[in-house]
Amino acid sequence: MELLMELSSKMTTNNYPVSQKRFAAAISSIPEAHVLAVDDSIVDRKLIEGLLKTSLYKVTAVDSALKALEFLGVRDGCSTSLRPNASQVNLIITDYCMPGMTGYDLLKAIKDSTALREIPVVVMSSENSPNRIESCLKEGAEEFLIKPVKISDVKRLWSYIRNPTKAPCSGSGETLGPSPICSKRKVGSLEGLQVKSNPESQPCLNGVIVA
Amino acid sequence: MTMAECKPRGPCSGCACESEEAVVKKREGFEDEALVVKKGEGGEEEDEEDEREEDVSAAAVNGVVDVERLLQELVDLTRSLLAEEVLDQQFTQLQQLQDESNPEFVLEVVSLFFEDSERLLEELTEFLAQDPIDYVAVDAHVHQLKGSSSSIGAQKVKTVCIKFRKCCEEEDREGCQKCLEQVKQEFSVVKNKLEHMFELEQKILAAGGSLPYPEEEEY
Repeated sequence: MELLMELSSKMTTNNYPVSQKRFAAAISSIPEAHVLAVDDSIVDRKLIEGLLKTSLYKVTAVDSALKALEFLGVRDGCSTSLRPNASQVNLIITDYCMPGMTGYDLLKAIKDSTALREIPVVVMSSENSPNRIESCLKEGAEEFLIKPVKISDVKRLWSYIRNPTKAPCSGSGETLGPSPICSKRKVGSLEGLQVKSNPESQPCLNGVIVA
Repeated sequence: MTMAECKPRGPCSGCACESEEAVVKKREGFEDEALVVKKGEGGEEEDEEDEREEDVSAAAVNGVVDVERLLQELVDLTRSLLAEEVLDQQFTQLQQLQDESNPEFVLEVVSLFFEDSERLLEELTEFLAQDPIDYVAVDAHVHQLKGSSSSIGAQKVKTVCIKFRKCCEEEDREGCQKCLEQVKQEFSVVKNKLEHMFELEQKILAAGGSLPYPEEEEY
């Protein structure tokens, strides 16, 4: 009798197992962080959204570096009046190879901007190129992820977000002092880098506009 | 026939042991949390069971058996796709991201992959029909296809793309043509298999079952 009741109740409940991680996170006191994801591939944008949301990040995904800068309120390399968006972004994760403005260009633009430089930036690429990795780290990227991005990669991103509820910049666009958010800068070093062996290494097709 | 005597290989249709019999649904590496299944204890008497309960239990067992068959088919299909390297562990990552708040995640990502790939393959066909061939543009398309196939775990498609890019680098027209045919073939295979997988999943859910997706691991 007991078995039958259990059988019928199980067959009418939610068909999907509750993710243990989501449950634990829901009852924990981890504050929500906002991530801006930049990738020209629609499949990769969907994947990165799924990966980030599972860790309870709020995600904004855009398909180009220019759109990312617009979202952040930067035009032509100059900060305009800082949009509220920028102050709410706790992490930027960008693809390296994108037509027009690459992820490296975006990284440079962010680190050159007094308004945005404190936002941690992670770069992703399918190409395991030591030169590319080193140049991104030198430019101030927190980490360089080799695609395809996995759950374990995303779980580490929390370490770059020190204080999710704190705005990286003030609303007036003033230059701020060092922020705890960027306390983990790996400049000129491959230490602790997420690098997976990949026999193929091809140059990125910068500047190729693909229809 | 008593419980002890009944040893059905398939659904048991005749004896009273039906009502207590259930099948353990633990799949290798998967845990099915919502679908019941515990092994009934052998030798238990059912003297207390009345007819109404037996009818309910028979219907329930038949339902469970249908789901069981479908689940087995799904698990076998998934295993063979992984073994044949049509899919790789990245696909398993997608499955781990699917949960109650994102119940169709795999279907959504894979559908985007299908649409995007079909567009790329059409454009590649046009590019390779031109004379001379714009190998830079071809390579850029193959790069995209390689990236998206890698992201969803379509391993064979990705492998052909790697070969395809080499042919582009060498400006090998014939090689590129062959690779295009191969990548279309592999894409067609993975598309058919995944569509079949989604159909099975829909049937399982419609029958009241639950999907045997891998649990998220702790890293």
